[in-house]
Amino acid sequence: MATTALDQQRAHAAAGHEPTGLWSWITTVDHKRIGILYGATAFTFFLMGGIEALLLRIQLGTPNNTFLSPETYNELFTMHGTTMIFLAIMPLSAAFFNFIIPLQIGARDVAFPRLNAFSYWVFLLGGLFLNASWLFGAAPDTGWFGYANLTSKQYSPGLHVDFWMLGLQTLGVASLAAAVNFFTTVLNMRAPGMKLMRMPIFTWMSFITQVLLLLAFPVITVALILLMFDRFFGTNFYVPTAGGDPLLWQHLFWIFGHPEVYILILPAFGIVSEVLPVFARKPLFGYAAMVFSGIFIAFLAFGVWAHHMFATGMGPIADTYFSLATMLIAIPTGVKIFNWLGTVWGGSIQYKTPMYFALAFVAMFIIGGLSGVMHGSPPADLQQTDTYFVVAHFHYVMFGGSIFGLAAGAYYWWPKMFGRMLDERLGKLHFWLMLIGFNLTFFPMHILGLNGMPRRVYTYPEGLGFEELNLLETISAFLLAASFAVFLYNIIKTWRGPRNAPADPWNAATLEWTIPSPPQEWNFAEIPVVHGRDPLWEAKREHGGPLPEPPKVSGAGIHMPNPSYWPLVTALGLSAMMSGLMLIHHLGPWGIIAGGAILLFGVFNWAFEPAG
Amino acid sequence: MTDTAHAGHLETATGLDNRKLAIWTFIGSECLFFASLISNYLVHKETWLTGPGPFPHEAWTSPAGKVFEPIIEIPLVTLGTALLLFSSLFVVLALANAQRGNRKGLLLWLGLTLLCGVFFVGMQVYEFTHFVHKGLTLKTNLFGGSFFVLTGFHGTHVTIGVIWLFTLWIEAFRGKIPPAKSLNLEIAALYWHFVDVVWVVIFPVVYLIK
Repeated sequence: MATTALDQQRAHAAAGHEPTGLWSWITTVDHKRIGILYGATAFTFFLMGGIEALLLRIQLGTPNNTFLSPETYNELFTMHGTTMIFLAIMPLSAAFFNFIIPLQIGARDVAFPRLNAFSYWVFLLGGLFLNASWLFGAAPDTGWFGYANLTSKQYSPGLHVDFWMLGLQTLGVASLAAAVNFFTTVLNMRAPGMKLMRMPIFTWMSFITQVLLLLAFPVITVALILLMFDRFFGTNFYVPTAGGDPLLWQHLFWIFGHPEVYILILPAFGIVSEVLPVFARKPLFGYAAMVFSGIFIAFLAFGVWAHHMFATGMGPIADTYFSLATMLIAIPTGVKIFNWLGTVWGGSIQYKTPMYFALAFVAMFIIGGLSGVMHGSPPADLQQTDTYFVVAHFHYVMFGGSIFGLAAGAYYWWPKMFGRMLDERLGKLHFWLMLIGFNLTFFPMHILGLNGMPRRVYTYPEGLGFEELNLLETISAFLLAASFAVFLYNIIKTWRGPRNAPADPWNAATLEWTIPSPPQEWNFAEIPVVHGRDPLWEAKREHGGPLPEPPKVSGAGIHMPNPSYWPLVTALGLSAMMSGLMLIHHLGPWGIIAGGAILLFGVFNWAFEPAG
Repeated sequence: MTDTAHAGHLETATGLDNRKLAIWTFIGSECLFFASLISNYLVHKETWLTGPGPFPHEAWTSPAGKVFEPIIEIPLVTLGTALLLFSSLFVVLALANAQRGNRKGLLLWLGLTLLCGVFFVGMQVYEFTHFVHKGLTLKTNLFGGSFFVLTGFHGTHVTIGVIWLFTLWIEAFRGKIPPAKSLNLEIAALYWHFVDVVWVVIFPVVYLIK
């Protein structure tokens, strides 16, 4: 039956029609559809992570609160962090990589369309695996950083850590597969004339992100493998009584973890660097400096990991090196900030929703960046470690940075993705609620932290002066949540309206705006030839005004890759292997062998399937 | 085996085939994987507190007076190493024959590559079994754990390479690797070389340096 449906779909596609229906989404290899799948899935996880945060805030709203047990609190803060990093921000960025990169470089799809589908399915299954822990009453509870030896069998005997470690391992496969794919796509699939230094800045920052993914994820893979052997097979890598070293975990984790924070922020840098020029009606100021500062940030990312570990007592030489290297990052980051200001300076600013979010991003990120430089100094860091000051810092970069940037991208590219304009008034309401709610939630954490409120502790006693600010934070967190309710309402409201977005609603500069909104399956009826950095602006200048609306064309004669369900089968095999590992003490090796067989079956059918 | 949206105009922006660029990218990523495993081995090979000392290389007497004889077999592993290195040469010859359209030569050299790979995996299976019999397991001490994890993951890579090359050998046997498709073999060969190069690092670090 499956095959027949697939045949029908192939025939359909050959006739030039968009395939429809559930099966067409399951077998899709179209980067735009995969982007939408990434976006929808990640946004759902984002809402779950947000609800977890609200529960945490309710618990902390009043002193000596018993709303959550300490155990549940541990599970919630662990899953909140893990979800927001691996299941929300990273895949929301991936949604834009998928949808936008091929359009910006003038390609019809990514280099490996089926590998792309595989990445999505592995991500989805990894996210479900991680969250299935709730159903077993065994959600991870050792923090998103999972410090050894809290994660050892001795101190965490249940399934909590197993879900976490195997879930992250699965998600790592998705990230690595996607990184290989997008690295190749950006280098190889550029349209004629699209030299590296003509690439749109979002594509550039995303490309650097892929390099970070490629080099950082193998390290956490090994860290998690060692943890798995400790927990399942009796090795002692992180067990100090046997001569192992819990600090090894911290080193491996942060060699991954620090590049990871740039993996989370660089795509947002890219989005904002696209939005600011378009709505300031000026080319990006200092394009080359923007590119090279991004590369420099990525390079430094691998040399600063131990600034997360000043409190472990590494000694003055290591502290000094890591402190200086950390502060060095302020230079390329400062270059970026001044270039953003230089872009807006003297521009003819169009006050549209994406611009609001992009401008707020710059301001919020400066606050988060400055508190980051403060942590870079070991004496200051020793005071701030494990306090709410750190929580304030990373929410200013992760939420004030990444989420504001991603929101700018969502409003900016929404018309291109769905052919509908989002409502401007609701967008601005979303913006103001989010900006105010965000600052009232997280700014007081700086003060609480400096006053000594420890993080990761489920409650606090009365009379320490923590009550008022905590209550304010809790109320504001609901304001922040309300801003996303407005966003959802905006989506639903405009979804009912007609598909009326023009190809180029913002008078933008890059190739994705030269084709209809939403793009047809093959993106470009003719592969464009690029002559400069802002091809669409140049075309409009030559034309002497706005270009006519590009016509929808028949795809006859355009060869597109066939749909395939083998990526899904392969992903299912991988997940079955992970589940088999988890149940190794119940099933013996048979679960792993069964999963491996499905995986191999999927890989072989994939390899020998005619890709078209 | 092609998977590209560029059908119709196969040239890429760099001139390098997508799959070739992708396997290089993957190999770059794998370098960090093995670097982390090797670091773990170097950190842990002598920090044991429980279990017998690092007796694979030299005899060790426990405080209770029990003597552990050295169990490492350098001649055998050296043979395995040599064959693995030769297999890199053989796969190059196989590729040259594939590019020239010489099916017999391709089958011969690829077959020899496979034999070397299978011998290497067999050697590792023997070595692991031997160590376990002599009392060195994952759990024995930190040397055991880091040794088995490092060489085990390398062995897994070799095994995947053997399965991959065997699939290609069958394809070649059925005449499905004409010169135009020799890239299929070239990509597998790049992976195979990488796995060999990693062993070139592991062999001295684990077996030759005490």
